[in-house]
Amino acid sequence: MSHSTTTTGRRSVFSRPTAETGFSSWITTTDHKKIGIMYFFTVLVFFFLGGVESGVIRAQLAQAEQSLVTPEIYNQAFTMHGITMVFLVVMPLSAAFFNYLIPLQIGARDVAFPRLNAFSYWMYLFGGIFLYSSFLLGGAPNGSWVGYAPLSIDSVSNMAFYAVGIQLLGVSSLAAAVNFIVTILNMRAPGMTFMRMPMFIWMSLVTNFLLLFALPIIAVALFMLQFDTVFGAQFFNPATGGDPILWQHLFWLFGHPEVYIMILPAMGIVSEILPVFSRKPLFGYAAVAFAGAAIGFIGFGVWAHHMFTSSIGPVARSAFALSTMFIAVPTGIKIFNWVFTMWGGKLRFTTPMLFSIGFVSMFTIGGLSGVTHSIVPHNAQQHDTYYVVAHFHYVLFGGALFGLIAGIYYWFPKVTGRLMSERLGKAHFWTWLLGFNLTFGPMHMSGLLGQPRRTAVLPGELGGTVELYNLLSSLGLLVLVVSALIFLYNLVVSIKSGVASGPDPWDARTLEWLSASPPKHYNFDVIPTISHRDEFWHRKYAEDEAGRPVAVPAGASEEHGDGHDDRGEHIHMPDPSYWPLVMCLGFFPLAYGLIGPIWPAIIVGVVWIIIGYFGWIIEPVAEGDDDDPVVEDPDAHRSGVAAH
Amino acid sequence: MAAGVHETTLGLDHRKLAMWVFLGSEFLFFGAFVSAYVLYLDATAGGPGIEIFDIPFTSISSFVLLMSSLTMVLAHNAHVRRDMRRMRMWILATAGQGAVFLGGQVFEFTVFYREGLNLTQSPFASGFFVLTGFHGLHVFVGILLLLSLYSLSLTGKVKPNQDLKTEMIGLYWHFVDIIWVVIFTVVYLIPELAMVD
Repeated sequence: MSHSTTTTGRRSVFSRPTAETGFSSWITTTDHKKIGIMYFFTVLVFFFLGGVESGVIRAQLAQAEQSLVTPEIYNQAFTMHGITMVFLVVMPLSAAFFNYLIPLQIGARDVAFPRLNAFSYWMYLFGGIFLYSSFLLGGAPNGSWVGYAPLSIDSVSNMAFYAVGIQLLGVSSLAAAVNFIVTILNMRAPGMTFMRMPMFIWMSLVTNFLLLFALPIIAVALFMLQFDTVFGAQFFNPATGGDPILWQHLFWLFGHPEVYIMILPAMGIVSEILPVFSRKPLFGYAAVAFAGAAIGFIGFGVWAHHMFTSSIGPVARSAFALSTMFIAVPTGIKIFNWVFTMWGGKLRFTTPMLFSIGFVSMFTIGGLSGVTHSIVPHNAQQHDTYYVVAHFHYVLFGGALFGLIAGIYYWFPKVTGRLMSERLGKAHFWTWLLGFNLTFGPMHMSGLLGQPRRTAVLPGELGGTVELYNLLSSLGLLVLVVSALIFLYNLVVSIKSGVASGPDPWDARTLEWLSASPPKHYNFDVIPTISHRDEFWHRKYAEDEAGRPVAVPAGASEEHGDGHDDRGEHIHMPDPSYWPLVMCLGFFPLAYGLIGPIWPAIIVGVVWIIIGYFGWIIEPVAEGDDDDPVVEDPDAHRSGVAAH
Repeated sequence: MAAGVHETTLGLDHRKLAMWVFLGSEFLFFGAFVSAYVLYLDATAGGPGIEIFDIPFTSISSFVLLMSSLTMVLAHNAHVRRDMRRMRMWILATAGQGAVFLGGQVFEFTVFYREGLNLTQSPFASGFFVLTGFHGLHVFVGILLLLSLYSLSLTGKVKPNQDLKTEMIGLYWHFVDIIWVVIFTVVYLIPELAMVD
């Protein structure tokens, strides 16, 4: 694209934008690396908002019988905290890594559908803006992120925003899932078989299949909820024979795969980082990959363990208790594989390594409390108490977030060409670990002592120790705030003036480090041919008789060329486009229309989206034909080149 | 266009693979709606139930939709043979049959509405209208895709050697058809048979 001239020569509404720097280059970009960076910074904003909401919760519960905010505000705070952290932080942060790393790790120049990729990002951003606009438009959703009917179909619950807003985010994730599945299956470098893929790619593939099959189910549930609240349908109204348990089944049929959607990318990241800083290959690669796939399959068969206290009957309870205990097996396999990867390795305790070890240990604690939930009588005691809150924060915060932060430190040099400060990074890690355990550790105890979830005021009759535990939790949040500020300072300073990292700061093993840091627009001058599992490592090291790695002189990294591949042909890259953004804007009137219902807005939105769709397919490419972008090769219409 | 010009790993075009992957998720979408409908078969809240269905009428519109799959295949076949005139003819025929089916659905809904079955009346009614309504929306999107294929083949955006574009829309169209076969069986026929016993 950088050297391209439009074949038409004159600009029209359908001409492709050409800016490569500045604001317009970002809003029209189709480059997976820029989109990944945009995901990351958007996540930071939503993470701040979710943190503010958790601050409201912890301030309210710092002492018993305290009411700093009204129950109404409190309900909105914990609901939006859940929605934000699940849908607007952890999932998109994983998407940021998918975007940035998948093409680099499989040796591709971009994803299969670059414009669809931009569409996913804008849908995520606008879905988040739409959800947060509810604060200004009569109140945010307040029926918890699980939106149980019939409470959620009550007219005072503001859940129409939830039904439509999550739907928008679902469209974003579904488009991304299709995109990444096709990219991983179809765009691997020559020689990269499934068993040679980096483990992060394996976990991404499983995650995106989970998204693909779980999102339509939540879409159905949300449509039903929306029809109930907005159009007066009777899906969940017990008065006419509707069944609130149906909502729970549909929600958790999505919701349980969802928790694996949130953890598997972090597991993939940790599986990349531990081998590098142990200077050993991943222990039991095939077992880790298989365990990830097994988690994906079994993850669809355990959903009713969220509903043990509802009327699903003893047979269902027993079956789901068993399958829940069973899914702990592949997870345990992974834990042992990570431990054995470190066992006997030459460990380097860098910040990414510390966060990865933090991930393994904290996630194990969360997993163990999770297994206690699977025991039905035990579960009846824990249900809707703070013990559950402790459990899922240990797996999502101590698990997913620790792993994702490890990834931020690990791939920061890849993205920027600079290193983050190790000193500040270690300070961030230890305060983060302390603050996290101080916040969520005591919740195990207060939950077992009977403190209920989603209760606006901490009941005084629970007594002294529960109050102490809640005070500790609230103090822990302050530690986390300090820790987050350290991270933010480190991030800003390192972006501006971090130490130059060079192309391979960690002595890494996988393909993305073969390209320059930051990578060029087209990623690789020459698409590498893969012959080993840890390709980059094998290009750098041979083994002596004793099996110890010996550095191979030279030839390790690629020659940095001038935008032409080895045959001297110009590398054709996808053009920028503003149609994804234009099309996404149409979802605003549609979404606001659907919560009214405001029919004119719905019609405007639908027409806008259809116009965007036509603009999308009509816009030309800068050179050649959309099916045949390389001018030198006129017979390539079957070559699998995607049209967009 | 794609970022790379090398052959794909699986030897299958990106767009075709993407359509198959997407349809995989669509099956779960309709599966969840059908499950909810079956759950609510008897939840009629004293209003009309399955006896309201007009099986002969719906059979005719179902037959029209099934035949549209045949014309879709003929359209794709014509495109493979690079016979754009016939391809356009069959595309229009397919879209037309889709429109007939939609018209039948609108007619059916109005009849039911006059006979006292409406969205807000019972879980059964909600389940029926929302399930068949979302199928109708899929048919509508399919017609939109067919018409854009038709018009873009006139402007030269869809070229004679790009039969993959017809094939992709065909995949979607056949999927919508298959889902209707399931819906017609589960929503209309089996409950009716069960009632007769």
